[in-house]
Formats: sequence, structure tokens, C-alpha cells
Amino acid sequence: MSSKFNVSISPHIRSRETTTTIMLDVIIALLPSVIVGVCVFGARAFAITMLSVTSCVASEYIYEKILKKPITVTDLSAVVTGLILAVNLYSTAPWWIPVLGGAFAIIVVKMLFGGIGQNVMNPALTARCFLLLSFSRIMTDFPSLDGVSKATPLALAKEGVYTPVSDLLLGTHSGTIGETSAVAIIIGAVYLCARKIIKPREPLSVIISTGIFVTVFNLIQGREVTLDYLMVHMLGGGLLLGAVFMASDYATTPVTPWGQVVYGCCVGFITALIRCVGGGTEGVSYAIIISNILTPLIEKATAPRPFGVVKEKKKREEEADAK
Amino acid sequence: MALKENSPAERLYNGILKENPTFVLMLGMCPTLAVTTSAINGVGMGLSTCAVLMMSNLIISLLRKFIPERVRMPAYIVVVASFVTLVEMLMQAYVRPIYTALGLYIPLIVVNCIILGRAESYASKNPPLASFFDGLGMGLGFTLALTVIGAVRELLGAGEIFGFRVMPESFEPVSIMVMAPGAFFVLAVLTALQNRFHAPSATNHGDKFCSGNCAGCMDKSCHISERSGE
Repeated sequence: MSSKFNVSISPHIRSRETTTTIMLDVIIALLPSVIVGVCVFGARAFAITMLSVTSCVASEYIYEKILKKPITVTDLSAVVTGLILAVNLYSTAPWWIPVLGGAFAIIVVKMLFGGIGQNVMNPALTARCFLLLSFSRIMTDFPSLDGVSKATPLALAKEGVYTPVSDLLLGTHSGTIGETSAVAIIIGAVYLCARKIIKPREPLSVIISTGIFVTVFNLIQGREVTLDYLMVHMLGGGLLLGAVFMASDYATTPVTPWGQVVYGCCVGFITALIRCVGGGTEGVSYAIIISNILTPLIEKATAPRPFGVVKEKKKREEEADAK
Repeated sequence: MALKENSPAERLYNGILKENPTFVLMLGMCPTLAVTTSAINGVGMGLSTCAVLMMSNLIISLLRKFIPERVRMPAYIVVVASFVTLVEMLMQAYVRPIYTALGLYIPLIVVNCIILGRAESYASKNPPLASFFDGLGMGLGFTLALTVIGAVRELLGAGEIFGFRVMPESFEPVSIMVMAPGAFFVLAVLTALQNRFHAPSATNHGDKFCSGNCAGCMDKSCHISERSGE
């Protein structure tokens, strides 16, 4: 009998997209930022990136080996976690920072919750916050450019010094390995949107709401808001990087369309709150992991109505009318 | 181990290992998580709770026939609160540094669920001597647990144990371990290890360890009590 007449249950048409291809696309999108980071901060940045990726992949492999679970390192998700962790670190970090961070991200945040897709918070960002709380001195050690240790644009903006937009776009200022060049991140974002890996509404809602809330909080406190100041907030810190690569993570953000917008606004609100009202200079990573925890609630509140289903309240009203 | 039921030795073994209030009954989590930033704080908190627990168990057991059923909770609280006030004043006078470090958590011993739990489930039904040793065993078990958690957190978060430097100079303290999240990490890992080595634990019920009549069985979540209730 010809194979054409095989009887099988649905689905009959399958997408070629697998976890591996999605992760590969994210890696490609992250590459411009990593390359710019290595060009600006030198070979040390490259070493940190490699250590972080190796640590993540090795942790996942060893954990699964010890617990006799199927080995999932080939889906490349650990590589993505490692890359995202690395672009969130300063190039001055000692060698054990990315190693410890990678192990924490994979073992504590991802594998203990059940592996890929089961984690409650973004592994790389949670690891970054873990490192930031544990080793605050090392983790806020700005790398030097041209031999001079320089504060990040956001720290400078607190003192009233605004970094020119051209520097912010190209990435020739102080910051973590991947956050400095806005152009490189935007290239990655366009690639991800074109490949339909992420929806543009996710990063856009984060960026726009941050802009709005930064303006609102500053006006409430009676400070004037200039375009230069807003530009530093939008392009100078980790906002773009967080909005594109971390606020769009599949496992930890809402799946409903409006939920994604609400989530983005949550991130924007908390970021602006930490940056403008709180004492911190940077708040994107905390904002994203706090919003990660809100994700189930947001999904519940924004669940779309299935076709043909009448809402409870309306149904009751109709029944009352019929009587 | 064949120990006579309600004998002092059996009560001590029960409190320290078999029904350890922190690791097995999972009671008194608030002080456990909050004050164990260092080993010495754990010891201080554990011993002060132990003192209150012994005395309150003894008094409540002596009064068990006089306390009316309907007002037993307020009566227990009055007894416990008197001893907590005593302990607090003594600590303020003689161990000032620990008193300052523990702060609000000393008066909060009054509402520690280990103390009320033992009063309700043991002292109100058993003779004074057994109740006294039950309090001592539970108190020492609590002290042991708090000291272990405190020592691990202090070791990782400051590189010291009881204030003595044990880690090499190059060790960078993981300060998150002495913050609130560190308490959860350490408690979770210790409980995971208990389960791994099949020791008695809150989530590791088995006929080998639980005969179905422990304090945890008052709680509906214990599946062994459900089984025996059938």
C-alpha cells in the first residue's frame, strides 16, 4: 500500500520551527551586540561571554547526567541563557562571576523548576540579580574606556551630564558588554521580528511605557524633562537589551496579546520607578523579574474570549431578559 | 530504637531528631528564616525559645486539669508571655549583643507556633515531667536546626563561623546568603538533602519514620493520618 494513504490522527501539517531553530535565531540576533561589546571592551569581554556560555551548557549537561534525565543541551537554550547573562555583565568581572552566574541560572532558576519552559523567572536575569546582590562591589565596577574608568550614561545623567546620542547609538560608552550599542540591539530586534520570533508589541510596549513613566515621575517631582535626558534613559542603559531579548522570553512572559502589552507596561512602570523615584541607577533587570512573577495573573486577566462563548454576566442578563 | 514512650530520653530523641520542629514539623518558620543570619544568632534564638518552651510546657502541664477547654488558648498565651518577658529581660541584662541582634524576634516568641503547638498537642495531655522533657527536646531540636542554618549562611555569606574566619582571604562573601533569600536557599537545600538521604522530613512521610500520631497529624495535609483515619 502506498504511503500516501496512511491514516493518522491530526496534526497533519507541522511547522519546521523547533526549539533549536528559535534559539538559533535568538543567538544570531544577539551576535551584533556581542561583537560590538568585544570591539569596545576588548578580548576580556569575549572571554567572559565564552565562560558564561560554557558554564550554562556544562551545568545543564552535568545536572541532567547526575539526575539521569534526557540530555537537552542540544536545544541551544542554555547557550542563549549564557549569552544573555554575558551581555548583562561588565567586562571587568573576575572569571568566576560568569561561571557562578551560569550555574545559578541553569541549576537553581531553570532545572530545579523543571527545565526549559517551566521556569518562573528569566534564568539569566535572575542570575544577574543574584550576582548583583551578592557581589555588589564587583558587579558595579564600570569598565574603563581609553584607560579611564567612566560611569555609565545613566549614572552620569543622575549628575546632570548627558551622553551624546551618537555615542549611545554606536556604543562607545561605559556599560555592560551587550547593552551599549543601541544600533546593534535594534539590528537584532529587526531580525527577530522579521523571523517572527518575537512580536514588535513586546519590546515597544516596554520602551514606550518606560519613556512615559520616566516623564511622569520626573514631572511629579518637579524636575524638567529634556529630550537628551529621555534619550539617555531609552538608549543608555539596559532598557533596549532587556526589552528585546528578555521581556520577550517565551516561558516567563504572557502568551495573550493584550497580556504582553500589559506586561510591557509593568516592566516600564517598575523600571521608571526604580530609576527616577528609587535610589538605583538601573532597574530593568529587577523590573523584568518582578513582572515575570506577575505573568500568571496578567494571563488570567487578559485571557481572550473563545469564539461563541458568552460572558457570565451577559449570559445572566440575557436569562433575566428571557424571564 | 526501643525507648519507653514518654520517658525523658524518648522525648529528647523525638524533639531533636524524629520530630525536629524546624526540619520535620516545619513549625516556627518566621524566626527560622529571619534570625539565622549567623550561627550565634541561631544559638541565641534557639536557646531562648528552648527556655520558654520547657517552662511553659511544665506549667501548662501542671495546670492542665484546671484550664477550661474553652479559654485554653488565652491561658496558654498568658503563661508563654510571662516566660518570654522573663527571658527578654534576662537577655537584655546579660547577653546584650544577642539581644540587640535578635530585636523584635524575642517578644515574638510568644506567638511561635512551636510553643503553642507543643502546649496544645502535648503538654495539655501529658504529665509534667514528660512535658518538661518534651519542651527541652523540642527546644534543643530547634536550637540545632537554627544553628546549622545560621552556620551555613554565615559561612557562605561572610566566610566565618561563630565569628571565626574559616574561608581563605581570597573568598568573596556571597552576601545574598545573609539576606532574606539566603535563608530560603539554605532551608530548601537542607530539606532536599534530608529527602535525598531518606531522613525524616516534612515531605518524606513513611511508615518507617511516622507512626501516624505526631503533631503534624493534627494538620489535614499529612497523608498518613488520612490513611489511619480510614
